[in-house]
Order: sequence, then C-alpha cells, then structure tokens
Amino acid sequence: MRKLTDIQEQDLQTLGLGGVGKSKKHESADKHVSGEAIYIDDRPELRGQLHAAVGQSAYAHANIKNIDLTKVKKAKGVVAVITVADVPGHVDIGPVFPGDPVLAIDKVEYLGQPIFAVAATSYDLARRAVKLAKIEYEELEPVLCVKDALAKQNFVRPPFTMKRGDSDAAIEQAGNKLSGEMYIGGQEHFYLEGQVSTAEPTEDGGMVVFSSSQHPSEVQKLVAEVLAIPLNKVIVDTRRMGGGFGGKETQAAPWACIAALLARVSKKPVKFKLSRVDDMVMTGKRHPFYNTYEVGFNNKGMIKGINITVNGDCGYSPDLSDAIVDRAMFHSDNAYYLDNATVTGNRCKTNTVSHTAFRGFGGPQGMMTIERVMDDIARHLGKDPLQVRKVNLYGQDKRNETHYHQTVEHNNLDKLVTTLADTSDYKTRRKAVADFNAQSPILKKGLALTPLKFGISFTVQHLNQAGALVHIYTDGTISLNHGGTEMGQGLFTKVAQIVAEEFKVDVDTVGVSATRTDKVPNTSPTAASSGTDLNGKAAQNAAKTIKQRLIKFAIEHFSVNKEAVKFANSQVTVGEQTFAFGEFVQLAYMNRVSLSSTGYYKTPKIHFDRATAKGRPFFYFANGAAVSEVIIDTLTGEYKLLRTDILQDVGTSLNPAIDIGQLEGGFIQGVGWLTTEELMWNDKGRLLSNNPATYKIPAISDAPPEFRVDLMPDDPNREHTVYNSKAVGEPPLMLAISVWSALRDAVSSLSGYKLSPTLDTPATPEKVLWAVEEMNAIQRLKE
Amino acid sequence: MSSFNSGRIPFINYFSVQSVKFLRLPLGQSMLFLRMALLLRVLLTNKSRINKQPHPVTGIEWKTLMTTNTIRFLHNDQLVELNNLDPNLTILQYLREEQHATGTKEGCASGDCGACTVVLAEPDGDKLSYKSVNSCIGFVGSLHGKQLITVEHLKDGDKLHPVQQSLVDNHGSQCGFCTPGFVMSAFALHKHNDSPNRAEVVEALAGNLCRCTGYRSIIDAAMTPTKDTAKDAFVKNTKKTIKQLNQITEPANLNGNNHQFYAPTNIKDLAKHLVDNPKSTLLAGGTDLALGVTQNLSTIEQLVYLGNVVELNQIEQTNTHIKLGAAVTYSRFTNLLGEQYPDLAQMIERIGSTQIRNSGTLGGNIGNASPIGDMPPAMIALNATMTLRKGEKTREIAVEDYFKDYKVTDLEKSEFIQDISIPKAQDGQHFKVYKVSKRIDDDISAVLASILIEIDGKKVKSVSMAFGGMAAIPKRAKACEKALLGKPWTQTNVDKAKKALAKDFQPMSDVRASDAYRMKVAQNLLQKCFIELQNRTIETRVANYA
Repeated sequence: MRKLTDIQEQDLQTLGLGGVGKSKKHESADKHVSGEAIYIDDRPELRGQLHAAVGQSAYAHANIKNIDLTKVKKAKGVVAVITVADVPGHVDIGPVFPGDPVLAIDKVEYLGQPIFAVAATSYDLARRAVKLAKIEYEELEPVLCVKDALAKQNFVRPPFTMKRGDSDAAIEQAGNKLSGEMYIGGQEHFYLEGQVSTAEPTEDGGMVVFSSSQHPSEVQKLVAEVLAIPLNKVIVDTRRMGGGFGGKETQAAPWACIAALLARVSKKPVKFKLSRVDDMVMTGKRHPFYNTYEVGFNNKGMIKGINITVNGDCGYSPDLSDAIVDRAMFHSDNAYYLDNATVTGNRCKTNTVSHTAFRGFGGPQGMMTIERVMDDIARHLGKDPLQVRKVNLYGQDKRNETHYHQTVEHNNLDKLVTTLADTSDYKTRRKAVADFNAQSPILKKGLALTPLKFGISFTVQHLNQAGALVHIYTDGTISLNHGGTEMGQGLFTKVAQIVAEEFKVDVDTVGVSATRTDKVPNTSPTAASSGTDLNGKAAQNAAKTIKQRLIKFAIEHFSVNKEAVKFANSQVTVGEQTFAFGEFVQLAYMNRVSLSSTGYYKTPKIHFDRATAKGRPFFYFANGAAVSEVIIDTLTGEYKLLRTDILQDVGTSLNPAIDIGQLEGGFIQGVGWLTTEELMWNDKGRLLSNNPATYKIPAISDAPPEFRVDLMPDDPNREHTVYNSKAVGEPPLMLAISVWSALRDAVSSLSGYKLSPTLDTPATPEKVLWAVEEMNAIQRLKE
Repeated sequence: MSSFNSGRIPFINYFSVQSVKFLRLPLGQSMLFLRMALLLRVLLTNKSRINKQPHPVTGIEWKTLMTTNTIRFLHNDQLVELNNLDPNLTILQYLREEQHATGTKEGCASGDCGACTVVLAEPDGDKLSYKSVNSCIGFVGSLHGKQLITVEHLKDGDKLHPVQQSLVDNHGSQCGFCTPGFVMSAFALHKHNDSPNRAEVVEALAGNLCRCTGYRSIIDAAMTPTKDTAKDAFVKNTKKTIKQLNQITEPANLNGNNHQFYAPTNIKDLAKHLVDNPKSTLLAGGTDLALGVTQNLSTIEQLVYLGNVVELNQIEQTNTHIKLGAAVTYSRFTNLLGEQYPDLAQMIERIGSTQIRNSGTLGGNIGNASPIGDMPPAMIALNATMTLRKGEKTREIAVEDYFKDYKVTDLEKSEFIQDISIPKAQDGQHFKVYKVSKRIDDDISAVLASILIEIDGKKVKSVSMAFGGMAAIPKRAKACEKALLGKPWTQTNVDKAKKALAKDFQPMSDVRASDAYRMKVAQNLLQKCFIELQNRTIETRVANYA
C-alpha cells in the first residue's frame, strides 16, 4: 500500500460500542428481513450450470439385480449420469465408521436410498429424468422396528454399558420397585432451507463447493476422497444455513459429493438441491428410541438403584449413532443422582434412512426415561412429582457423582428449581389446577416442572478444538473468520462481539465472513452447543495476539510502560495521546507491525476412557428448569400449552437476546418433538410423513400465550470459558419435557393422581386420548 | 410397525370437467421457450391473433378466440407483460428462475410453510386490498390484473419498512430463511390493521412456519403498531396503482410450451369455453391443484382460471339463504357465515392458513371431492344446495348428492359449479362443528364433525349430521341421525346414536390417525355436542385457550 486510506470520523456519542453482554442484533438481521441474505440456492447461476437429482431405491432392503439407465440418459436435458462405478475415489462416505455408500453398491438398505445420479440442464428436467430408470431388485426381508432389531441383535455398533455400584442389589433392597418401557419418537429436522450444495470445477482439477453444511471440513475431506484428489484442491464455503439443528452435520456431505462427482464428469458447475419430500425421505432424523427401566427407591422417592437400557433406532448405517447412543446413556441421569446404576445402550440397525445428529444428540431421548421414572415414583407414592424430583437432584458435596464417574461441579440445580418454582407460583398453580379439574369434567389441566443438566463438550475428544483468523485493515476495520458455521444461532454475532470486546471497538466494524476451509483448516462441526465456546475462544486468542503486538509496538514506539496503553471507546490511548483505533492501526502498519493472526483453542480437562466407562467427558454442565401448564380435552385428546416459565443458566450471557432466542426456539422445537411431530413408516419401510402436510412442526399458535424466559443472574461459569459464558444451543430442547410431563399430569388427574398413564411420544392427540381411555378403563374396573 | 395408507390428499384437478390424462410432454423445451418468450416480448405487440392450431401432441383444438397471448400485472411498481410463457409455471418459479428475484424463498413448494409468501393487491373501490398468498402454489396466470408485491420492494431506499424494522428490533429472525415470508404476511396484516392484537397476529401468521425462534419474538414484532405504515410508498402510490390495475380488463390468455391458460371474465364465456374445450382443467385457488405440478411433476394442458369471472365471485343474500359464487375465497365469506354459524367460522379459521384462505374457494373445496375437505361435511349438514352449469343449462342439486364415490362426483362433462346456496340459521337450531387434527392450526382434519340439531322440548325435532375423514367421501351419518330423530335427547339415546355411528362409518388408518381413534373421536364429538347443549357452563374446547 503506497497511500493509506482516510480514517472516517467517528461520532463517539452514537457509536454504541458492541462487545459482550449486549443484546446486539443478529449480524444478518437486516438482510434476513429484506430478502437480501444469500442462501446457496439464491446464488447467481454460473455459465452452463447443471442441476442434479438422484434415482432412489423402491425397496427398504433388496439386492440390485440390474440397473437400466438407457431412458434416463436419453431424457431431455440430461448431460451426465453416474452410478457408484463412476466414482474415482472412495465409495464409502461414512463420517466415522464405514457403511454409507455415496451411491448404492449392489444392494439397497432403505427405501429412498440414492442409486444413481443425473445432471441435467434444469432442476425440473433432472427430477423428471430420474423417474425413467428401470431397476430390477431381489427383495430381502427388511427389519423395520427397533424391537425386531433387538431380537435379532442387529446392531450397527456393539452395545456399551456404564456402571456405578451394584444396581441389581440396590433395587432389591430399596423397598419400592417399579419397571416400565417406553417408545420415544424421532424427529425430522425441518430446517426451512433444505439440503443444497453447488460444486464448481477449478482449473487445477479441484472443486469449489458451496454447501449448506455444519461441517465444511468434513465436506471438503469427503469430496476430495470421492474424487481421489488431495484435500488442498477442495475448498468448501458456507456463509449461512437456513437452519441446521444437526441435520447438516454429516448429512450435508452426500449431496455435495454427488454434485462434485457430476461436476467432474460434466466439467460444469452442478447444483444439487433436494426437494422437501426428497429431503425428508433421504436424510436421517433424530433417533427413535425404545427404552426400558427398573428402579428401586425409598419411601421418600429417592432412587437407590436403577437399570436403564436405551435402544436407539440408528437406521441402516452407523453415521454418528455410536456417539448419539453414548450421549443418551450419559444423560440417562438428567439432573438426578442415580446412586447405583447400570446404563446400557444398544445401537439397533433397521432398514430406514440413517438417523443422525439432532439438537441434543441422543441426550433428550436418554432424559425421557428418568423423567418418566420421576413421575411414576411420585404417583406410586402419592407425592407431587416436583417433590420427588427435588429429592433426587444431584447434591453439592455428597451424591454428586454421575454413573460415568464425573463429579458434578458448579451445581446450581436446586437453586434453579427452587427459584423457578417460586417465580412461577408453582404451589399456588398446583392448587389452582386441582380446583379447575374438580369442576371441569371434560377439560383437564396439567402442570409439571422439570430440571435439566446437559453436558457440554464433544464426547469425541479431538473435536474439542477450533481455529480462527483475524485481520485488521488500515482503516481500522476488522475481518473475522473462524471454523464455526452460522445456522441462525447467532454464532457470528457473538464471536464478532468477543473480538470487538478485545479491541474495545464498535462491533459493527468487525466484518464476519463465510466459513471457508482455505481460511481456517481442519475444523470441527458446529455442533454439540460448542460453537461459541470453541470458536469464540479461538477468535479471542487471535485478537489477543494482535492486541499484544499493538501494545508492544506502543511501548517501544512511545517509550511508555505497558500500563500507559489503553483500548477504549474505539480509541487507543498511549500516555497522554489518544488515537482513533484506525489511526493507531495505520501507525502500526507504517511501522511494520503484523495486523493479522490466527487463533487456536482446545478445551481443557476433558477425558473419557471407554474401556472403563469412566472419566470427565464434559467440561461443564449447562443447567436449567422449566415449568409448563397444559389443558387437555378428554373427549378428543387435543391440548394446548397455556404457559411456560423457563430459567436457564447460561453463565455470563454474551448476548441475552440471542440466548433467549435460543431458549425459546429450542424449547418450542422440543415441544414439537414430544407432541405433534410424528414420523410414520409403513410396513414396506416407506416414510408416510414425508411433507409438511403430514408432518406437523409447531405453528405460531402452538407457542404458549404466556412464555416467560429468564437467564439465571449473577452466576458466571466457574470454568474458564469465553467471558465465563455457557453453551445454550441444545439444552433448551430438553426443557420441553415439562410439557410432556404436564400432559401426563393432566391425564393422571383422572385417576386422582394415583396412576401414571402410558404416554409414548410424540404425545399426539390420539395418544393422549388413549391415555385418557386407559385411566377411564382402570377406573371402571375399580367401580 | 403398523401398516398405514398414505393420507396425503390425492392430487386431482378439482372442478375438472372430466378426468384429464396428464401427458408427459417434452417439457425440456420449456426453458428454451421461456427464453425465447422473453426475447419476443420486446418484439411482439399486443396484436390480437386467433389461435386455432390443434395441439401438436394431443391434437386438442383450443377453440377460444385468443385476443392476446398475454398476461399483465404489476410486479411491485413495474407493469409486466408476459407472453408465450408455460402457464404451469408457478409465481415462485417465475420470481426465482425467470426474474432472479431470490428474496422469496422455497421451503416446501406445497403451500405448507409460508417461506414463499408474497402479497397480492387488488383494487377495492378507491382502496387496495392486500392479501398474502403462497407463491409456490399459485400459477403465474393468476397474477393477471393484480399487483404482485415481493419482499425486495418493501424497503424505502435504505430504510426498512416498519414491519421489517420491528422484526429486527425484536430479534425475530435467526436463520432468516422463513423471514421474508413472515415479513410479507405481517405486511399484509398491517395494511388493514396497524395495531393487531395477539389473536389477530397468530391468525395472520399461522401459515408461516419458523423452526428457529419459537415465535414469541415474531409475535411481539408483528404486534408492534406500525402507524408509520400509513405513509409507506404503497399508500403514496395507491391511486396510480389502482389506475394501472383498472386498465387491465381483458381476459387473460397465456400460451407457452403448448400449454394454455385462459381467464375469462364472465360466466357466459366460461360456459361456452368449457363446452368447446371439455378437457379443460378448472383452476380456482389452486391450493390443491398446483401440488400435482410441484410435487408429482405433472403438467396441465389447458388451465381455465375462475378468479376473474365476475359472476363466480359474487355473494348474494336473501332472507333465507346466502349464495356464494363458486370462486369466492374463504377470506371473503368467513365472517358472513360466522354471523349465522359461529362454530363454522371458528372452524374455517383453522382451514389451511391465511394464505390458503386468501386463495382457496368454497367451490374448490367441494369440487375437489376430497374425503378430508372440511367444508363439505358442514355444507351437507346444513342442507346446502349448489347450482351446476353446463353451457346455458343450469341445475340445482344438494351438496350431499354431489359426492358419489371416492373422487367421483355428479359433475358432467363441461359442467362446472356456479354457486352454493347455504340456508341461514333458524331459531331453535344448533349448529356444532368440530375439527380434530394433530396440530390445531393449518392441519388437515383427522375427523371433522358437523351437527345441525333442533331440540323441541326434550325431543330431537330434526337432526342432520355429516363427517369428514370417516369415509371415502364426506358423508352423512344416517343411522346415527335415525337413532336420535324424534327421540328424547338423553344420554341413553346419545349412547345408542354413538353406537349407530359404527354402522355409518368404517374409517381407515393413515398418517393422520388410526381407524379406532377416528371412530372413538366421532362418537365422543357427538357426546361433546350433547354436553354443550345440556350445560353451557361446562368448558369443552381447548382451542378457546389461545
């Protein structure tokens, strides 16, 4: 640079310094509302761009006898057609373990599995062309439910057990014993933007891929592998996703790989956008689970021993199921001390799409069992479920070790539950609900408070690392890049706030940029609620490096000591002199100070030994509690959520508005999972709930009219996370268990709170009605 | 795992004058044609021409006098003329693929998520009426004579529109993909109500799905009064817009890729056209019809749009009846019917979404003959009648008699539904309508029950009951009615009537509900009707707790 840019005069009055702790609006908010935010399908099409579609399996389990693609190849607009035989490199794109062929190899293992792919001149023509294939199959017997898979010991990965004490003996000696089983339904992600990738061949035989992915580095690796080219020839770019929720952690990659394979063959850019139905059929969902338990407890309701088996329906391949079922096992305690516990996890293989990550990553399915146990114990002993829950909460110094032998530290569970019970008038409302139910023969109300303790960190240790890249330009503006992806959760906003805080500049001068594998390499997925913890720290470290250089420069240049250099209000003060930040940056540049740095972070303290099932898999726990009130119609099973109060521990909030948005959104997503979102396959393995007309996520009227969400005040994270904040992405989903428990409470009222009704999830109106009928039938028997 | 049949509404051409065989045409040419069309648009003038050429593939002659091959509409403030465009193109495809206007998003392409919401403005006297619609299931020809407003146009220079600004201020967007749709729904709402309450907001936005926010922030944003809206650019341009739109009076014709679209403006032309072109597919709201194109990749050869036919859009009232033209949309008749039958209006507010009700019509819901349409059971129970017209001949039939078998109706070749006549409420009659679905809003019913009953003293003087979701057609519960008629209105007789329902119906299991649930709920709804009429103080409806 020969001549430096003019520094814009800044009005300090209106500057509104961003930084952490403020409810800064989402970095793209203005673009969202004006339609100016660019998603992958909105990108201008390149010259000659083609569109992809795949031909899908018609059977859930079959050998492929013959594939005749003659008509497909001749179809209007078709430019390229590939099968697995046309893949030059790896044919298996399983993210952790093998088992996911990019296109079917000789057999199909779920209905809808991609067998071949076409690139055509339009989206419409590509979709039409794939229907012309003639494929001969030899049908095989499919396994379509988790109990069948269990009976046949049909597993994608071996079973695993965590154990503390002698649970069998403790159950026998406890005085009271209960057992039960429950089905917990899966969940379609229903990100509003479906899966989409664009692949553009580069001049050196590589590929630039624009992918709506939570894990660009994995897309990069898999694209390189299927193409048999080195990783440095593939660049993956993700500016933003229209929602991810875990559904784009591993399962964005297949579509990018297929687009890249077609781009390689056709030598043209190829876009692969899944239609909503195809997306719902061909991408995995939250794992359905079938869980069983037997529990022993004393007359106070305190658990003395418990055996829990969680059986995850993994679909046809391992994908992330090993870690997901692990997390279900890790969270089988939720917030409660289990004393003597044996928790076993099975990874069942069925002939359905391969189920995958979804907000909570198995944790929610694990917690459902113990929350059911709490209600069941309460009904058995004739106690208020809240009383039983409180009795079982983890203790401070005693009763504070989990079934995987991690000590529960910074335990504010009792404080959260007590405070929330207080602020939500639990006691008064418990009575009001009883009074209402006494005078209302058809409609019944239910109330429940459930706590939450969610472990933060990837349970796969090496993923707990992150990188960032920060540049300062000579006008004082900052460019920020890191390995995390933006899917709506506000990660880019929070990390920009952290960098702004380091330099004490206006957050609007920190420009965020698309996640790109050529800027920050070897990144982890944006998942496990860890986006800000990891990338925020990495970016902070990068900023600190530059800041230290600036300080060192000031000390040397102005011959002052360290204390004389201060960053505040977008200014740098050195002794008596004050510079606008940009001005000071120019001075540093002219004196040849590097204004760019990478930053790196890895989570400390964590370890887990799978051989002994002992360790500290989680850096810390994010805790919370919710109380929900519902009303049900005992004639139809219909219900409404009337009010929810949430109190969540987010440590010191980096951005209260974003955190509250995560809590509200996660909660409602959890409500959908447990109530109206019903996945249904027929006896051939065909997904029937394959569009939004048949699969019902919460609509606006499903948000409770009274929805009070608070952040736990004055309780910074005791661990050294970025500004002592806590993760917030996944935990609130599990607060929705309060709604399910409240529905059971309403149904249980029909038995005078003596019986605990069967209420598998999703608790659709139909299931609620059957629960009501169960209560009525037992009452009739008694009469 | 149990076996279930798919419960998706089968895609049919409602109003179809006869079953149309969808021919797979070499649609590949469509893009080429489109590009040519856009080029030709510059060269061609609007000269009248007569198209009597038989269709090159089907051999069907398109016999209408084609005065133009043009549709005209305003896109934001620009007058647009489209020629030679495939009328199977949806508004969303037109925006994104032809105009590269990508602010409007595709979330589902089936009218269920609202990400594609745009607003259509039409003159209503000296005002403009603004309605949100799903652009993914609206055909481009239906824009003729309207103003299409898209999200990109709301900003005034660099300044966000008040409805956009309040979404920003309330942190109402996260991933942002659904946001343009919410903006457009909120914009339409605020155009006629600048200070909506929570219930009004929830109703207006029930057709917009958001997976991120949990909605609270969006509700707060949309409830923020927008007095400033009174001064927005749309208001300033109202006169000009109305003038421009009022100049578009010609019937619309659009012919591209060998597919035709015709939008007659009067019933005579419509009737004649259908006699001349018996293979036409009638298009009203298109909320179901378009799914065949976007989801099943079928194409429609000959589309005849009813939205511009004056007579089909009329509402007439006598002392005893309300007569609704077949193409009157839900939005226009809901309150009118609600004055007579409050339960009916409550139910209609749960049919689809505001976007769907702004497009969907009563004629369409009946003509469609879906076993899970919500209006037919209500119309049957109310003993509504309908006028069918073929050429110059009309005939009256009971709505009940229209439905013959699964998707088979009494409609003849070239015949169409002209209007539906609904008796007004009479003293002593009670009309109860119950819609039961998995989700309260924007969901297709598992069971819909409509019960018209008159209790004289303690006896059932008259009763008429029809159910949706319980059989292959919307059907009257005759055995159940018989069990009640003339009998004392007692629990014992209601129990008998509930048992009789099992004679009337053998429902099926599908993705929405099991057969056992459907039967149990149908019986319980009769019980609920009994309870509601016996004791009005007992609360019976959770939907009232909004």
